[in-house]
Amino acid sequence: MAGQLEIGAPAPTERRARGTRARRDSRAGLALVSPTIIVVLVIVVLPVLWALILSFQRIRLLGIRRLDILGGEYTLRNYDLLLNSQDFLEAAKNTLLYSVFGTMGAIVLGLTAALLVRRSFRGRGLVRGILLLPYVAPVVALAFIWQVLLSPQLGVVNAFGTDVLGWDQPIPFLSQEEGTITIFGISIGVPTALLMVILFEAWKSFPFAFLFILARLQAVSGDIEEAARVDGATPTQTFRHIILPQLMGVIALIAVLRFIWTFNAFDEIYLLTGGGAGTEVLATQVYTLLQARSDVGASAAVAMFMAAVLAVLLLVYLKFFGEREREA
Amino acid sequence: MRGSRRYHFEVAALRVLRPLGIAFFVLITAFPFYYMVLLSMREISEIIESPGQIWIGLNEFTTDAYERVLKPTDEGGEGFVRFLVNSALLGLGTVLVTIAVSILGAYAVARLEFFGKRTVHFTFLSVYLFPPILLAIPLFVAFSRLELRGELWVLVIVYVAQTLPLCVYMLRNYFETVPVSLEEAAEVDGATRMQVIRKVTLPLAVPAIAATGLFTFMIAWNEFLFALLFLQEERNNWTVSLGVQQLTQIETPATTLMAGSVILTVPIIVLFLFAERLMTEGLTRGAEKG
Repeated sequence: MAGQLEIGAPAPTERRARGTRARRDSRAGLALVSPTIIVVLVIVVLPVLWALILSFQRIRLLGIRRLDILGGEYTLRNYDLLLNSQDFLEAAKNTLLYSVFGTMGAIVLGLTAALLVRRSFRGRGLVRGILLLPYVAPVVALAFIWQVLLSPQLGVVNAFGTDVLGWDQPIPFLSQEEGTITIFGISIGVPTALLMVILFEAWKSFPFAFLFILARLQAVSGDIEEAARVDGATPTQTFRHIILPQLMGVIALIAVLRFIWTFNAFDEIYLLTGGGAGTEVLATQVYTLLQARSDVGASAAVAMFMAAVLAVLLLVYLKFFGEREREA
Repeated sequence: MRGSRRYHFEVAALRVLRPLGIAFFVLITAFPFYYMVLLSMREISEIIESPGQIWIGLNEFTTDAYERVLKPTDEGGEGFVRFLVNSALLGLGTVLVTIAVSILGAYAVARLEFFGKRTVHFTFLSVYLFPPILLAIPLFVAFSRLELRGELWVLVIVYVAQTLPLCVYMLRNYFETVPVSLEEAAEVDGATRMQVIRKVTLPLAVPAIAATGLFTFMIAWNEFLFALLFLQEERNNWTVSLGVQQLTQIETPATTLMAGSVILTVPIIVLFLFAERLMTEGLTRGAEKG
């Protein structure tokens, strides 16, 4: 046995050559990656750690110039106030609704659009380009277009509603906290403004889902589908049993990414409603605490809470899908 | 034969529904953009008069709103030309630094085995998933304290950090498709590591680098939160995004707001249409695997 092992082992010189090569690669790798690491460390990692410290301190923006970076008293006051604040609980609830339904809406729209333009037709490239527009255009422009579209005085939506659909009066979509819809004599309360920002989010980000699902569809082999068709499967059966199972992986990934980004989203709500009319989310609350109330400690505590929620969700995701990721 | 009837019914229904569905999606995506351009060229009084009109009356076409937005402030305008220059500088600066740094990082992650590689890669990705608003607090406090907050180059640094993970990821995906044998051949010929990157890998990666660069530019151009936090008090350094948003803080007619939005949107749409295929392929590469 020993003899066999020795025969299999590389000759001493060869082994040394491979060793120096690996060491050289390792050194080059670290050297090349170090600018990236330094930027990320200085502008992201250290600030985040500092934010953690800030969230345990009583710091206001006015005293910032005299601020002792690490010193000062540590206190749980910020978190204590947070958990007892009605505003915070309200924002947390809105954030959850906004991210869950915004993500679901984006995926449903994206999947539908991808299935529609899957087969080639004349002008398909142009249609694909147009459908991507809401995702590439600047969020500031998009939000103000929607603001004008939905405006009670000069928006085309309300003009259409009152002239054609016979609404009694224009609906202030972005400033109405709760409206009622009456269907067959039954009135249902609807959080109008929150619904609008969710619709905006779904509309703005469906192209992301569309693009990735379409790319995955392109790789779905036509053979199985053809075989199913020959066996008499209808289009909906083919979709349900052959196409959808193959898309689940990419849909799960999109769901996680979109949920995280929607959970973090600030621009959309700040620009559309300013967080008013029952649309305050955690991100806009962080901004208000920092800018308007200049309470650095409290805003850091809310932001830390957001990060903690995401970290837990991410760990859960990796636990369930991590194995598959590593295989891919 | 029930199955067969259902089959024919579904096929017939789809034949009708598919074009309708496509038309619906084109309408909901294109109409808001059309509406923006439309309003920017109408008279505000006419809009209030007939908000449901979705075409421009022959007698009311006007470019006054654009004039007002673009003229310098001392001539009574909003000074958007200046904001365009700021946004362009910010975008280009971000692209140059990000690309330079991410080429090196992506090459290392794609090609070389080094200590802590997995950790580095994981950290990059998790950075991208952190709430930007969390990052905003310490950076806002730090740069306020250093009295550097209103400077454009400070924002370049922030944008570089924000775009690096995505760029490293996109470029790494590309580098992994370049055959290693090409580089090894060059190494056998006595080229050093940097020479291999410059002479062999980079020329092959030009399309991928261009796509990544365009992405970075678009992210920088469209960014709003940090521009708002850092530049708000420094009007001379406003970006176009911030300029449009600040229009809503004063009494501005909707036509002017839409003209500003058109000016903000057009450069990005032009860039995108110009390089759509390049960019979407760069982003979804690897997605086919599922």
